[in-house]
Amino acid sequence: MQKAIIEKAKLLLADGTVNRVIGWKKGDFAYDSTPAVFNSAEELDKDFVYDDFTAANVSKYLIKESQKEGRVLVFLKPCDTYSFNQLIKEHRINRDNVYIVGIECGGKLDIEKIKAKGISGIQSITNNDGTLTIETLYGTESVSADDAMAERCLTCKSKKHVVYDELMGEDGDVLDSNRFDQVAELENMTAEERYEFWRSQLSKCIRCNACRNVCPACSCENCVFDNPNSGIANKAPADSFEENMFHIIRAFHVAGRCTDCGECSRVCPQNIPLHLLNRKFIKDINELYGEYQAGADTESRAPLTNYTQNDCEPSVVHERGVE
Amino acid sequence: MQRIGVFVCHCGTNIAATVDVKAVAEALQHEPGVVISKEYQYMCSEAGQNLVKDAIKEYNLSGIVICSCSPRMHENTFRKAAASVGLNPYLVEVANIREQCSWIHKDMEEATEKAIILGRAAIAKVHLNAPLTAGESPVAKRALVIGGGIAGIQTALDIADAGFDVDIVEKEPTIGGKMTQIDKTFPTLDCAACILTPKMVECSQNEKIHIHSYSEVSDVKGFVGNFTVTIKKKARFVDETKCTGCGLCTEKCPQKKVPNLFNLGLDYRRAIYIPFAQAVPKVATIDADYCNMLKNGKCGVCAKVCSAGAINYEQKDEYIEQKYGAIIVATGYNPIKLDKYDEFAYSQCPDVVTSLELERLMNAAGPNGGTLLRPSDKSHPHTIVFVQCVGSRCDDSKGKPYCSKICCMYTAKHAMLIREKYPDTDVYVFYIDVRTPGKNFDEFYRRAVEQYGVHYIKGMVGKVTPKSDGKIDVQASDLLSNEQLHIDADMVVLATAIEPDKTARPLATMLTASMDTNDFFTEAHAKLRPVESPTAGIFLSGACQGPKDIPETVAQAGAAASKAIGLLCKDSITCNPCVAHSDELMCNGCSSCEKVCPYGAITYLDKEFRMPDRTTKIRRVASVNPAVCQGCGACTVACPSGAMDLNGFSNSQIMAEVDAICK
Repeated sequence: MQKAIIEKAKLLLADGTVNRVIGWKKGDFAYDSTPAVFNSAEELDKDFVYDDFTAANVSKYLIKESQKEGRVLVFLKPCDTYSFNQLIKEHRINRDNVYIVGIECGGKLDIEKIKAKGISGIQSITNNDGTLTIETLYGTESVSADDAMAERCLTCKSKKHVVYDELMGEDGDVLDSNRFDQVAELENMTAEERYEFWRSQLSKCIRCNACRNVCPACSCENCVFDNPNSGIANKAPADSFEENMFHIIRAFHVAGRCTDCGECSRVCPQNIPLHLLNRKFIKDINELYGEYQAGADTESRAPLTNYTQNDCEPSVVHERGVE
Repeated sequence: MQRIGVFVCHCGTNIAATVDVKAVAEALQHEPGVVISKEYQYMCSEAGQNLVKDAIKEYNLSGIVICSCSPRMHENTFRKAAASVGLNPYLVEVANIREQCSWIHKDMEEATEKAIILGRAAIAKVHLNAPLTAGESPVAKRALVIGGGIAGIQTALDIADAGFDVDIVEKEPTIGGKMTQIDKTFPTLDCAACILTPKMVECSQNEKIHIHSYSEVSDVKGFVGNFTVTIKKKARFVDETKCTGCGLCTEKCPQKKVPNLFNLGLDYRRAIYIPFAQAVPKVATIDADYCNMLKNGKCGVCAKVCSAGAINYEQKDEYIEQKYGAIIVATGYNPIKLDKYDEFAYSQCPDVVTSLELERLMNAAGPNGGTLLRPSDKSHPHTIVFVQCVGSRCDDSKGKPYCSKICCMYTAKHAMLIREKYPDTDVYVFYIDVRTPGKNFDEFYRRAVEQYGVHYIKGMVGKVTPKSDGKIDVQASDLLSNEQLHIDADMVVLATAIEPDKTARPLATMLTASMDTNDFFTEAHAKLRPVESPTAGIFLSGACQGPKDIPETVAQAGAAASKAIGLLCKDSITCNPCVAHSDELMCNGCSSCEKVCPYGAITYLDKEFRMPDRTTKIRRVASVNPAVCQGCGACTVACPSGAMDLNGFSNSQIMAEVDAICK
């Protein structure tokens, strides 16, 4: 797959379709591929990777990249295309300057799940038809890839590319995922239990802002949390209330625009399941205003910025909140 | 340092009976920035206002808080008072301690505490108030009337009378609307055409009135005083300026089997037609769906016979752009489709007709030349059954929930006219109840019952079945005698519900004018502003706002005209300074605000920004047109980055209020 992608990128560079490529390159470790821009075939050969750990959603980088001279080639996984569409809808990306090649994705791995098995000193990881062979400083380990699959990929919502100029391989379908099961579990808790759950999670927050910085929906020119005039700007949370409110305010800000790409939880160094907050919003929107998937298209009006006669009355929302 | 004055009103006993006003004044005295706190029996009175004015001068106040009734009631009063002594009127805040406090609480202690909190919130807000100045925008001295029925005609005539240019846009080839199809009018029974056609002629002769017939509004931009409207003149394939309306073409056209829509399809016309003899403008129109020349290029008879050379098969739709200060909507109504009412056999039996069809059948210019004959066999009907409320006052999805208002009266008229002309005819009317509010209306209905012997039966018709002998079996219940009836009728007339014209909904979207669930335009205030839309500069005339009879429509048309004239008389209008604005440095250009703006006040500009590294960057940013913005604040909550803010109700002011309440 990686080889085919590099060949495709070289071809498009050579024929002048694009003048640079956004993709992933290896980081310090075998499992920490990071987004990168490649300007030549040589750079591609040297650094470009596409493997089980190239999980980063690169669509957000196009906000800046698409404003530059010339066309940029981007490889988007199905879930990334939703983020891309949503950004197009919000006029954040110059579509003319982007050439999208859709690539298949069978799910990405979560290194934390491997480490949780007590495997450390990892040197390399190779995937042979679903079995991971892990070379470590202390010997070779073998793990089933399914056991290491990232949580967001286990509840994958779609294998379908909603936007592309060209597709490598076959396009998949929108999946009937069970991604709201965990939200439903939380909903079934008592208010006290739920409060305890979220306190135990959110109290871990060190306010590194990684979730915000990676989020494709959090693409404001100037974030309210950085704006001294907003009245809520701050860095480290001063108290438990601020710890809670940062993430809740963020969830409100991306409500109706979050495509559920799961990047927030992926990058959280404290492993807070932040995507559950956003999923709760998505589930509520689906239930109150009808099924809606942000980023599925670029034209439809999101329920929260639209008004129809059939919209539920505010009292319905209120009653649900009271229990 | 702020110098704030607080003025607590007793409102007689309206507030003072449940709120300890002295305690409120005393408590608010100690809020930060407050230099004087007073209470008075009627703050809105001359003496009360003087107390406020004197305090502003004496204490050199930088802001005032009035604890009184709703700002809807007296905010303007106190703003004017403040302005008269040199304090910017937008430095006045009203804490509503009447409607939202004294009137809804019984316990004095609780109500007093709440009044203090509301006052405190207003003080916190006034600390952040900025002086605002209302801008002005010019008014284009021309009005657009959309719809050329009796409502549109009357409005146009009244506006033209005041000396302003008016354009009428009418989608049909002629103005006149539904009234041209009506035979007689209730309750005086004068001929509709005789009273309408002089007005139509007046329109065409008035040099201030410009009629765009066979035209539609295709786009509306702008705002009150300054609308830019694109009008689509549909191709009629006849040069309006050349056609003399002689009608020769309409006689010679070989395409004879075109359903005549003016007679509701009860007879036929040609492919080139003038809807009726008194049409204005009296110009022929080619129906492109039936014209052989336009369909397959074979014919051209009309062009050969036209001595004026007016026929132009190459004509294309034409678009005109025009500026208007005011727009009056007069799009009228239509009877509903009856395809969901199989029980009345409307689609199976030609002798089951709607009331409007009956108008044509009885009209001298109608298909039978005014003799009432059954459409099926052209025989004289001896028993006629009228069914009321067909589709009106329905609680199911088939019909309309509202009363169509005009049916009771026109049915009484029909019944009376039939009994008058054909005394050998039995007329039955089945009704839920008869509604006759209006001058001389009940007398009119009673005349139908008492003098003309029309059989009014309380009860609904359950089923209408055409029989093989040509008669129609009408099965109904008589609720008063509690029995089932079968009537052998020759004709059945359905008082069909009326609904707003289908063009109204897309038009409302273009105008950003609001509509109710039935697609009737809503008024700015149901009682006090009945002819204005909540969107400034849009006025409502006739049945587009709700079912109406002719006198009511004409009255409303005049009222809408007077409101439009009031606007057009001004050289410029004062804008509300409490409008939204976007902080361009914060704006992402995401369009969230534009999507929620009900007034279309937000557009986007590609603006060049100088970056810290001395390069420039072009970004899309929101721009609010202050003349269109009504200050509703929807954009400020939709904006994800907090770039949108509302003058007079800024995010920081609202946060300060909330903080003060939660303190």
